[in-house]
Amino acid sequence: MQKSLHLDPAKCTGCLQCELACSYEKLGEFNPSRSLIRVFTFHFEGRFAPYTCTQCDEAWCQRACPVDAITMDLATGAKVVNDDKCVGCKVCTISCPFGTVNYVQETGKVAKCDLCGGDPECAKSCPTGAITFIDANLTGYERMQAYAEKSLPSAEASA
Amino acid sequence: MSWTKKILRVNLTEGTCTPEPLNMEWANDYLGQRGLATKYLVEETDPTVDPLSPENKLIMATGPLTGTMASTGGRYSVITKGPLTGAIACSNSGGFIGNEFKNAGWDMIIFEGKSPSPVYLYIENDLAELRPADDLWGKSAWEADEMLHKIHQNPELKIAVIGRTAENGCLFSGVINDLHRAAGRSGVGTVMASKNLKAVAVYGTQGVDSLDNPEAFDKAVADGKEVLAENAVTGEGLPTYGTQVLMNVINSVGGLPARNMRDVGFEGAEHISGEAMHEPRPSDGKPNLTTNGACFGCTIACGRISTIDKTHFSIRDKADQKQYQGASGGLEYEAAWALGADTGVDDLDALTYVNFVCNEDGFDPISFGCTVAAAMELFEAGKITTEDTGGIELKFGSAEALVAVTEQLVSGEGIGPDIALGSKRLCEKYGEPDLSMSVKGLEFPAYDPRGFQGIGLNYATSNRGACHVRGYTIASEVLGIPVKTEQTDTDGKPELVKAFQDATALVDSAGICLFTTFAWGMENIAPQIDAACEGDWSVERCLEVGERIWNMERIYNNAAGFTADDDTLPKRLLKEAIKSGPTAGQVNRLGEMLPKYYEIRGWTPEGVPTSETLARLGLD
Repeated sequence: MQKSLHLDPAKCTGCLQCELACSYEKLGEFNPSRSLIRVFTFHFEGRFAPYTCTQCDEAWCQRACPVDAITMDLATGAKVVNDDKCVGCKVCTISCPFGTVNYVQETGKVAKCDLCGGDPECAKSCPTGAITFIDANLTGYERMQAYAEKSLPSAEASA
Repeated sequence: MSWTKKILRVNLTEGTCTPEPLNMEWANDYLGQRGLATKYLVEETDPTVDPLSPENKLIMATGPLTGTMASTGGRYSVITKGPLTGAIACSNSGGFIGNEFKNAGWDMIIFEGKSPSPVYLYIENDLAELRPADDLWGKSAWEADEMLHKIHQNPELKIAVIGRTAENGCLFSGVINDLHRAAGRSGVGTVMASKNLKAVAVYGTQGVDSLDNPEAFDKAVADGKEVLAENAVTGEGLPTYGTQVLMNVINSVGGLPARNMRDVGFEGAEHISGEAMHEPRPSDGKPNLTTNGACFGCTIACGRISTIDKTHFSIRDKADQKQYQGASGGLEYEAAWALGADTGVDDLDALTYVNFVCNEDGFDPISFGCTVAAAMELFEAGKITTEDTGGIELKFGSAEALVAVTEQLVSGEGIGPDIALGSKRLCEKYGEPDLSMSVKGLEFPAYDPRGFQGIGLNYATSNRGACHVRGYTIASEVLGIPVKTEQTDTDGKPELVKAFQDATALVDSAGICLFTTFAWGMENIAPQIDAACEGDWSVERCLEVGERIWNMERIYNNAAGFTADDDTLPKRLLKEAIKSGPTAGQVNRLGEMLPKYYEIRGWTPEGVPTSETLARLGLD
């Protein structure tokens, strides 16, 4: 079964535990500026939104890469940057419509979410369930269920 | 270790920024943040210094857990000698800037001297320099924040900034960071303004690493988060209602002061409570509360984000002022009490508007609300008239008057400049010093010392004046944390107050939030510090460091001119009994508790640490 990161902005409090967990896993340090998942705060709207790579099946980044440095992890479906091949040309960063693959000047390579090999730290660290790692076919399940519930006739009407 | 072991010394007179190594001997004795910065202040300044003179220093300090994954590990503090009290001032804030200091590589920034013209400090990792702030001076904290983000074209830049009230000398101005978080109390923003320092803008990308024992750290931090999640207060009450969960609770147990603490019990409490913030308004069908929000790394997320009804009188005619039309930092309990119950105002959106302005221009809603309450009582007594107020009928219960006075404080018109003095100086000016509800010049928070004996003793002895977050005995006296004590008993309260004060001094020095202690004891906190920092940080050592910090602050205050006579409460709270409700007949019986408190602290009856105490704590 392939799993996907499922992001629910309505549950996000903007605490950045996910950014801490991501940078700790990837770099061994707490460095939100280098996190591969980012949380955006829309202060005057009172909203928070976590955002990261959706692991496109036909990935723009993968197709754009001139040296085939981005490959698919067959176990997880993640598009993974192979650092020994990446030449830092940044073409993938231009091609990605979502902005979720980025150049890192400290390394001279690009970096993107690789689902931590199938056990993403961001999901484990999220205290509110805003980030979960679930069956890739069921990312709409909860929302569908909520709307299904709304469509029920009221208890009074059905009695 | 988790300290960066590097501090930045900024000489504003000379315009220089100089890195220097952190004094690790002091870090081992005082941990970080509140304790360690106070040690620097004590060593480097004369306690009798005029707080607003260039000779005073102002320190922004993080703790060793700041910037780590420890829950709530994003705190920083501003430490200086306070202008409202003349005592040690240490004001703690969350938001996101604490982590940014750490990620830029700095444990602490020491500001000294006074710049000849307005400046701001720009930090980008190792780069630190003072830049002209002439264009920022005269702007609100929110305007300056926006301008700095534009200048640097960096949305990730974190900013701590003062507003116009600080520039105008208002003695209870704070330092605002991340738009709605504040080092709010004791007038630390006023000191910053006196140095011509408008803001600190920082961006850090270096990472916080070098944990002493990463494996132990991961476990201690994960265990700690689990405890927070499963606790009724930190796992449910605070995220749902914020600190405002307390409004109805404190009112129901006879501990909510009202109308300049003349009454206990506020009939309008329900209307300004955490529950009320969830209720859809009749006017627009939306609740006051938009969402809850977290500070950096916080798994509790007590923060309130609110939106004012667009048709409410406070913003109805301000459609062009976009900053009030959207969501922003909403009411915490202390602010809702001081701005609301203490002024007799039960209009939730009016209080929210005033709270927005407190954030927009950087002043303390507790001291401000209490000072307005004192002014209202002076108005009622005919000591303040409409001639002084620019025509405002400054009556208890008037939301319109509260909003108008708030705007006068910012503009400097009407009674604004008098309110800016704080309640002590205001009441002295109008000939009624006893009407100031303050200790050592700092106004009271939202728990009546007659209804809770322990918090009264804590207020009287707190090193920064009447402050609940120096020794929050309410946890025990109301919530039964860690054990329930009778709120109207004095027995055991000296011991309780000392224990809370010492533990709090440690928490405030670690980089984490005091609210964790609704769920965490030192046995949850010490392992996190121990795993992060080199050396052995046992529960016992943590408590000893806390006690050392408390005594160091006390010695500073004594040297600044405070005596046992200042460890007291306003006459009203010692003499005028509560008139009605569950605590009717109570006054605060400070005299029953204070001698014992001095004794268990190892102080003389004059409130001075004995030579044995100094030796025991390594303060001799």
